[in-house]
Amino acid sequence: MSIARFWRETPRRYNLGGSKCTNCGTAYFPPRSVCPTCARHRESIGKMVPFQLSGEGEVYSFTTVHEPAEGFEMQVPYVLALVRTVEGPMLTGQIVDLAPEEVRIGLKVRATFRKLREEGKAGVIHYGYKFAPVEETAVRPPGGSRTAVGTPATPEGDRAPA
Amino acid sequence: MEAGIVSYGAYVPRYRITPTEIGRVWGADGESMGQSLNVHRKSVPAPDEDTITISTEALRVALIRGAIDPQQIGAIYVGSESHPYAVKPTATVVAQAVGATPHLTAADFEFACKAGTAAIQTCLGLVGAEMVRYGVAIGSDTSQGAPGDALEYSASAGGAAFVIGRDHVIARVEHTVSYTTDTPDFWRREGQRYPSHSGRFTGEPAYFRHETECAHHIMEVAGTTPADYRHVVFHQPNGKFPQRVGKQLGFSESQMRYGLVTPYIGNTYSGAALIGLANVLDHAGPGERILVVGYGSGAGSDAFDLTTTDEIAKFDRSFGRPVQSYLDSGVELSYGVYAKFRGKIHMGGS
Ligand SMILES: [Zn+2]
Repeated sequence: MSIARFWRETPRRYNLGGSKCTNCGTAYFPPRSVCPTCARHRESIGKMVPFQLSGEGEVYSFTTVHEPAEGFEMQVPYVLALVRTVEGPMLTGQIVDLAPEEVRIGLKVRATFRKLREEGKAGVIHYGYKFAPVEETAVRPPGGSRTAVGTPATPEGDRAPA
Repeated sequence: MEAGIVSYGAYVPRYRITPTEIGRVWGADGESMGQSLNVHRKSVPAPDEDTITISTEALRVALIRGAIDPQQIGAIYVGSESHPYAVKPTATVVAQAVGATPHLTAADFEFACKAGTAAIQTCLGLVGAEMVRYGVAIGSDTSQGAPGDALEYSASAGGAAFVIGRDHVIARVEHTVSYTTDTPDFWRREGQRYPSHSGRFTGEPAYFRHETECAHHIMEVAGTTPADYRHVVFHQPNGKFPQRVGKQLGFSESQMRYGLVTPYIGNTYSGAALIGLANVLDHAGPGERILVVGYGSGAGSDAFDLTTTDEIAKFDRSFGRPVQSYLDSGVELSYGVYAKFRGKIHMGGS
């Protein structure tokens, strides 16, 4: 993909910039200029506004890739998934930070910012969204008990989200 | 000083490797190496992570926690010694990725491991002078030691982002000072893949002198003693140096408890002291005084005398992971997979 084309798609790849029909409320990604959901499409003309997806969603379907696309050799096997966002649009993206055998339909995921590919050793580096499992974010209250630092922690392995 | 920390976020990649595993490959006693460094595991970035992605993840967490409109950010500075490009700023990608562009200033900072604290000082100046509403300072790295070098046992990846502002400050900056000299303890020349260091010289005249002089200086300016602080955070190239410098200065283990994270994730360079500070803020309630003394080779220290405010009790930490979860979790890699992830395997071809 050319640098110019990638650059034009930056709002989409970096910030999940889609569009929303203010006539019927449907969200789109990639953005559309006319709403196919409205019974009379022309009623949506001029009513489509930029809309940023939150990046939250769940795995709708997925496949494990063993024959890597160029630039993905270091990540084989990796998972490509269809993610149904909470706002509605379906996105395709790589699932990271989870072993392929742990990916399942319905898994809650959140968009994460990663390198997509590099144009060789001297070329430009492309960045964009992938999806990572939503981790548990329990926060201990201030002053809560924990292991003192200085005591070697036993590696506990990965805590896969329940 | 009215300006202070308004929000913060930290990010550490998911993978880990132990000194024992590294030593196994190089015929060294990695276990005792790890014990002498007080580093039990170090973090390893995935092949699709770098300083730009780590910085972005940390900042996104900070912006959501603080409910900060990215368009109100007037400056973003990213401190690192592993910027992905030699020429092309990390900060512009980060600014775009969080939706802060185009009406802001952005730049990359470099000063070994203290580029992030230098960025905080710069933001304090801009915010204090009311030139910007919010300034963002990030310290983040994906550092590498040459294969088999002592640095390989500790050099890791991670970062933290701090939003500096005047409203809803959760930690007020009472004072900040620096201590800077020309000291050749650690360097990397242009075009060289791995850094060089002057062995034992990196200790006494470099790290220890700058940390202690800077700590003494800020306590003199502030009129404080170690007993006035609930928490202390030092730069932590390994788990031993900060313990030793803390003891020399008269701080107790309990004051260092939350600020010392390197034993569990390794030395995140520009991220190290800042992830330690993030861990302190994860646990702090109102009215707690914090001393932070960073260090960067080459050499210099930046110190901050902070006090948490009543705002920290209302601060929403529920988005993003607490630092403790990064210290406790992770997926361990073999040296082979680690070498593949870090580009240490010669792939043939050109
Ligand atoms: Zn519509």
